[in-house]
Amino acid sequence: MAERTIEQVVGSAAVLRGDDIDTDRIIPARFMKVVTFDTVGEHLFEDDRKAAKGDHALDQEHYHGARILVVGRNFGCGSSREHAPQALMRFGFDAFVGDSFAEIFSGNCTALGLPCVVLDEDDLAALMDAVELAPDQSVRVDVEAETVTSRAGVARARIPAGTRQQLLEGTWDATAVLLDAGDEIEATAERLAYVTGF
Amino acid sequence: MSANTLFDKVWDQHTVRELPTGQTQLFIGTHLIHEVTSPQAFAMLRELGLAVRFPERTFATVDHIIPTDSQIRPFADELAEAMMSELERNCRDYGITFFDSASGHQGVVHVIGPELGLTQPGMTIACGDSHTSTHGAFGAIAFGVGTSQVRDVLATQTLAMARLAVRRIEVSGKLGSGVHAKDVTLAIIRKLGVNGGVGFAYEYGGDVFDSLTLEERMTVCNMAIEGGARCGYVNPDEATFEYLRGRLHAPEGDAFERAVQGWRSVASGADASYDDRVEFDGAEIAPSVTWGINPGQNAGIGECIPRASELPDSERPQLEEALEYMGLRQGDPIAGTPIDVAFIGSCTNGRLSDLRAAARVARTGQVQPGVRALVVPGSQEVARQAEAEGLDETFRAAGFEWREPGCSMCLAMNPDKLIGREICASSSNRNFKGRQGSPTGRTLLMSPAMVAAAAIRGEVADVREVL
Repeated sequence: MAERTIEQVVGSAAVLRGDDIDTDRIIPARFMKVVTFDTVGEHLFEDDRKAAKGDHALDQEHYHGARILVVGRNFGCGSSREHAPQALMRFGFDAFVGDSFAEIFSGNCTALGLPCVVLDEDDLAALMDAVELAPDQSVRVDVEAETVTSRAGVARARIPAGTRQQLLEGTWDATAVLLDAGDEIEATAERLAYVTGF
Repeated sequence: MSANTLFDKVWDQHTVRELPTGQTQLFIGTHLIHEVTSPQAFAMLRELGLAVRFPERTFATVDHIIPTDSQIRPFADELAEAMMSELERNCRDYGITFFDSASGHQGVVHVIGPELGLTQPGMTIACGDSHTSTHGAFGAIAFGVGTSQVRDVLATQTLAMARLAVRRIEVSGKLGSGVHAKDVTLAIIRKLGVNGGVGFAYEYGGDVFDSLTLEERMTVCNMAIEGGARCGYVNPDEATFEYLRGRLHAPEGDAFERAVQGWRSVASGADASYDDRVEFDGAEIAPSVTWGINPGQNAGIGECIPRASELPDSERPQLEEALEYMGLRQGDPIAGTPIDVAFIGSCTNGRLSDLRAAARVARTGQVQPGVRALVVPGSQEVARQAEAEGLDETFRAAGFEWREPGCSMCLAMNPDKLIGREICASSSNRNFKGRQGSPTGRTLLMSPAMVAAAAIRGEVADVREVL
């Protein structure tokens, strides 16, 4: 259950360029033959990284220890596997900044307390350039102020209002909130013809 | 904002309450679970000391990891066996019905839900699998969720969800011969983009959808998520009710007639309003094939792979990345691309009508030497019906392997995988890099009839010329 509130994530960032990066690339399906999430971080982007032979962004020494991942358009598209944000989180990322995110992916991130914020195209391009130029700089993803601050300046960030509230209130892990509905759940069920047997 | 659409009606009927975040707490009518995305959810449930709130509304099967050559236990793959055992234990501990192989109802989760009548109009359905959108073919609001949300549904039978906007996608006219539901869904994704549907539910309608069978509607809804839309649906009609009549979990007798009245009433009203509308002409849709690394990168069989010079600057890097991975050249016709493997199956196209369409093509020839061709029925029920019609013999006689039901080569979490840089004509739903199990393997998505044509020709071919 959630208790931790997430107002901001501050740390160094890594840039992963490219659009439509799907969850099969983030965590190839063969590494999902597990009954826990413990090992998924070890296989983050495994095939892409092998194919890049050391040139993949995540294998750059200057990105070591990055807490924020900066991505392009439609990041996390494809499968609903929570193994994808789990792998990113276990690798060390606590926030994502991009042009856009696939819906199930961003929902899964919220459930883990990982903000996904969206920047305008120009701001995102400037952030990517700034981080690539000076990867050791500190970047601030501010959920409360809805900004991303780097040496490129302060950029206006967008995050759905409900998600923002969940992160700020520490209710991003929804189970407790949902349980609070109590008997209202059964009452709703009883109003549905298919539940009562038509 | 949309009003009086099926989406709005179903959403409102299932609303438990509005949450302070502006999200809705939504009751989930049917929860489908499988071995890959549920074990961690049950572990979280145990840790929290919570029960399954509505075990009678939760149904399990095994599909992703199950081998399709022999399903005798224990599975040769110890990891697969461990996942299977875990699901068995969880179903036993929490009183959940498990459609395993011994039940005779095992199959790909999105094939068995409708087949068993678990999927009904006006329902909300959730499953830890993005292709849950499939069930929208019946006029259900069905969406894929992650494992934390699987836990939430197990614990509360509800989800916290933000309301979606509704886009009406109207396909008018009539499809040409040799043009299948798969081509319709590929054409829609090509036009609207792989992220064009983010934030939307897609309502599919128009002449073409009115005349599609339920199995064909499932193929289109299945790939709503490939266009970024978390759910897609078709309003229920007489064809929907007839499909459901007599199914194991469908109501019977008078209850069925009462159910039909209710199901009719959830369809979008004549006065429904939508957040967006897009129109397609069915006659313009051709048999389609993907040439790239996402489902939107597809072309009609008579077309060529785009040239960078024809595209806006912003799309060029993606074209280049895709063609480099695929080993294909811009400007080349997609027809004639040699293939190594042919795969017919999956939650997109592993149903009886898909196998019939492919078998019709298989009767015209033999699988080319050097091509490995697999037919994997979507469920035990599909397999039984296909075998009763002799389709298994048709496929075997033409040189295809006839397998046991499962997800198989769609995502290769089981022994069915591409090897090295093999290129596969596939009736599945994703042509992502590495999707079919080899980090360098390549996928060409197309309809099952087109896959069969490719298997026989040894290269991508126009099914209309083969038949």
